[in-house]
Amino acid sequence: MTAYIIRRLGISVIVVILVSIVTFEMLHIIAPSPAVIVLGFKANKVSVAAWNKLHGFDRPVVEQYWSYLWGLLHGNLGWSYKQDQSVGSLIGEYWGRSALLSGVSLALAVAIAIPLGIFQAVKRNSLADNALTGVAFTAYAMPVFFLGIILIQVFALNLNWFPAVDNSANTSMGYILTHPNELVLPIATLTLITVANFSRYMRSSALDTLAQDYIKVARAKGLPERLVLLRHLLRNASLPMVTLIGLFIPVLLAGNLIVETVFNFPGLGLMFYNALSLFDYNVLLAYTLIGALLTVVGNLIADISIAVADPRVRFA
Amino acid sequence: MSSPMDTVLLAPPTAGAEGGEVQQIQSGWRLALREFVQHKLAVGGLCFIVLMVLFCFVGPYIYHSDQYVVNDLNTFSPPSSGNPLGTDAQGFDQLGRIMLGGQASLEIGFLTAAIAITIGTLVGAIAGLAGGIVDAVLMRIVDTFLSIPILFALLIVADASQTGMTVVKLSLLIAAFSWLFPARLVRGEVLALRVRDFVAAARVMGASRRRLVLRHLIPNSLGTVLVNVTFQVGDAIGFVAVLGFLGLGLSYPHTDWGDMLSSGVSYLQAGYWWLIYPVGGCLVATIMAFNLVGDGLRDAMDTRLRRR
Repeated sequence: MTAYIIRRLGISVIVVILVSIVTFEMLHIIAPSPAVIVLGFKANKVSVAAWNKLHGFDRPVVEQYWSYLWGLLHGNLGWSYKQDQSVGSLIGEYWGRSALLSGVSLALAVAIAIPLGIFQAVKRNSLADNALTGVAFTAYAMPVFFLGIILIQVFALNLNWFPAVDNSANTSMGYILTHPNELVLPIATLTLITVANFSRYMRSSALDTLAQDYIKVARAKGLPERLVLLRHLLRNASLPMVTLIGLFIPVLLAGNLIVETVFNFPGLGLMFYNALSLFDYNVLLAYTLIGALLTVVGNLIADISIAVADPRVRFA
Repeated sequence: MSSPMDTVLLAPPTAGAEGGEVQQIQSGWRLALREFVQHKLAVGGLCFIVLMVLFCFVGPYIYHSDQYVVNDLNTFSPPSSGNPLGTDAQGFDQLGRIMLGGQASLEIGFLTAAIAITIGTLVGAIAGLAGGIVDAVLMRIVDTFLSIPILFALLIVADASQTGMTVVKLSLLIAAFSWLFPARLVRGEVLALRVRDFVAAARVMGASRRRLVLRHLIPNSLGTVLVNVTFQVGDAIGFVAVLGFLGLGLSYPHTDWGDMLSSGVSYLQAGYWWLIYPVGGCLVATIMAFNLVGDGLRDAMDTRLRRR
């Protein structure tokens, strides 16, 4: 087991290093230097060259990558030339709100999808099961932004229950915690999309578990159905959820980005989107790397949790 | 992350009867077809896709509308007999525009899937057959690109090439990040297939590597590929909708569904619902149709593999 985890960790470290090289190189090819963005499109060649020399953008790309990596290892994520502050402080400003949005949505989705999947499996092929499958299938096919639009239309414009977008431009954590109604629609959007993903897996996982012998034994020895479901089914059928959550990280990050853009919710996703139009090089690079790191960690958790649960995997 | 040796150990025992392999595979495909036809939702999805393709590509020949000349005198008119789905901010007829946008979305979906699956199948087959260092290098490349959140990468590259997106450019862009998963799938298939007796027989008869890959390994992993390709089309349509919605898709005189939604949403508060819900409905229904067909095919292929 330990050997397996060490091997998986080793591969993950290699992948993280490769990701940093690929991402850095990709952005370098697209925009070799932020000079033109900083100095303006009419800047002459001499001043661009001087700026590049001053900020080290005239060095070979390998050298630039090393100094960037060196900075990363010392917690320096680079400088946002557009916003004139360090990327680290930008991320420090926004990460809390994104973590709140994604974390609450993920927790809610798990809390809804597990009982929902079990309910559907127990009542399989009933009217309720088919209706819920239909809803989940529709939500699964729905682009996140379109679901956001529909929720805005219904709950913000027609019913006027919740605000559609946050116009306060107040990015503090305290503000959003004291104005939770602004969180309702973004969280609802992200939660619904996530439930649509999870409940299908949960249903089939619960169906597989229901067919196991130990469920039959539990029933045969006269255990009340409630206890069969709670003690035997719930725990065994929920195990794949850990794996699923680990693999779901990139989808969650993408959903977070789109939801924050649709609802104008200041967080890391909106920061990334705004950095696109400014082509704020270092912000794009830093958040892509963070996203990749989270993805790798998610995969690692997924793989290790499978191995813990199923010894056969360790030898593969 | 399985090494070839381990998978050999884990591979299922090969079926006993090897004579008449061709016969068996054919009946397998027929079996899969029979299974698929019984899957009502999947058949419904397939019918919807055919109808949508006809609607978008043949529709404009039957229902004529001007999608090139801006009509300032007829903007935002609600649905009427002249414009069944109303007009947009430029006075374009919305029904005709959905057809135009659908052409782009469907073309990108199919083209992306075709490119991604071709690259993915070749890379996967080579990695699975070569094994060793080639396999390790190719799979680490796949791991690396799979770790970069695809939407982030798409947005960065699309944002950088602002000089007019085209259907081909968007397809290449999305395909560049979509071949990874099929590559992994096909590699797994090939690893399982290459220890089967018919491959060994072909090898003994002196088949070249090229022949092994093209004649034996790829055709036999076609089932897996076919299922994946269906999901790829739906995913690509979803991605191009997001890019369009965020303003990085096609622009005048072309359009795609995401781009149409992006402009429609500006008038959400004004209540111009016909700019949003018809096109949004087409988008969701099309993606759902591809998902349904994919699910149906997967079930059908499972049966084929089980009974083969």
